[in-house]
Amino acid sequence: MKRVKAIKAMAIFRVTALIVPILFSFNSLVFAANPEMQEVQPAAASVEAVHGEAHPVAATEAETAHGDAHGEEKAGDVIMHHILDNNVIAFEPFGEIELPKIVIGGFDLSITKHVVMLWTVSAILIALFAVAGGKYRKMTAREAPKGIANALEALVQFIRLDVAKANIGKGYEKYLDYLLTVFFFILLCNLLGLVPYGATATGNINVTLTLATFTFFLTQAAALKAHGIKGYLAHLTGGTHPALWIIMIPIEFIGLFTKPVALTIRLFANMTAGHIVILSLIFISFILKSYIVAVVMSVPFSIFIYLLELFVAFLQAFIFTMLSALFIGLASAHEGHDEHEAGAATHH
Amino acid sequence: MEGLGFLGAGIGAGLAVIGAGLGIGNVAASAAEGVARQPEATADIRTTMIIAAALIEGVALFGEVICVLLALK
Repeated sequence: MKRVKAIKAMAIFRVTALIVPILFSFNSLVFAANPEMQEVQPAAASVEAVHGEAHPVAATEAETAHGDAHGEEKAGDVIMHHILDNNVIAFEPFGEIELPKIVIGGFDLSITKHVVMLWTVSAILIALFAVAGGKYRKMTAREAPKGIANALEALVQFIRLDVAKANIGKGYEKYLDYLLTVFFFILLCNLLGLVPYGATATGNINVTLTLATFTFFLTQAAALKAHGIKGYLAHLTGGTHPALWIIMIPIEFIGLFTKPVALTIRLFANMTAGHIVILSLIFISFILKSYIVAVVMSVPFSIFIYLLELFVAFLQAFIFTMLSALFIGLASAHEGHDEHEAGAATHH
Repeated sequence: MEGLGFLGAGIGAGLAVIGAGLGIGNVAASAAEGVARQPEATADIRTTMIIAAALIEGVALFGEVICVLLALK
């Protein structure tokens, strides 16, 4: 009974810990999104003054508000500012960090918000797995893992058995490293977009395209290794009569590239769409300038979408890994009738 | 005439969602039926269902991305 009470208390604490940052970010968004309030209400302006110097974003927003009074366009700009990559990491009530702009040989190699997030994710992953790995090193064979090692073991075993082994089959160990890395990397990227001051690096199409390119090259390498160059080229003909090759070869060749493109767009669109929905729900109350809408609609619905996003973060990381494993498995599978049917099914 | 672009984006997004909804609904219905008939195959059915749903959703998201591009233009 005591344990149940402790669990209940823990659950309440967690929900509070979830909601309070959201409410705080609402508060800061009020000033970022609705600069007219500063002019209309001196009280609000003084609150903003307490927070320190006026936010540059808020200042530019105020300028656009002077120029044209379209509420929707303003909200759209703020939403895009949150979604897109830029050179500023904003800690909204406390100020912001301007990141350097680096251009080498005509290529923009500047360190942006999403790059910082990628580094953060890498650092967290290295630290997490160093701790978990260290625990395993100290453990005897008969001991069960505890805490962080146990939590990670569940996920690792899931990827190993249900994703890698089930889809690739024999020789899955070679690809397990990549699949585990990509799973945890995408998962943490997705989750970091849901914490305050975080940004979703996987909501940037460049990041997802890079990840999908890794999968593409790994798939092609697996196919070349399994069938040799001759078998690889023979696969491009689809096993049809030479008269049909003029149709089959372009189709199969395009089919090679649709898979990574689909991976790219799926992850990118899922992560971006969720954030746009959350921000749009929040901005409904700003556009209508009503607290009632905020209480009745914006807050409950955006919390619901937030929880859905939490699920989607796991789901998309899983699906990316799953489809990578599936493509590798299909590419390295030995030719057979039913395998070919499965291959045709994935050529959407 | 500017507004027609937004109208097109909105209608397109709605149509894409109708298609994806019907598709994923079919997948989920069949999966539920399959699980009810063969509970021991739940894990396999779930995996297949998620892959199929993801592929359908991917196509719907292509449509949505095009609509967003249309609306932001």
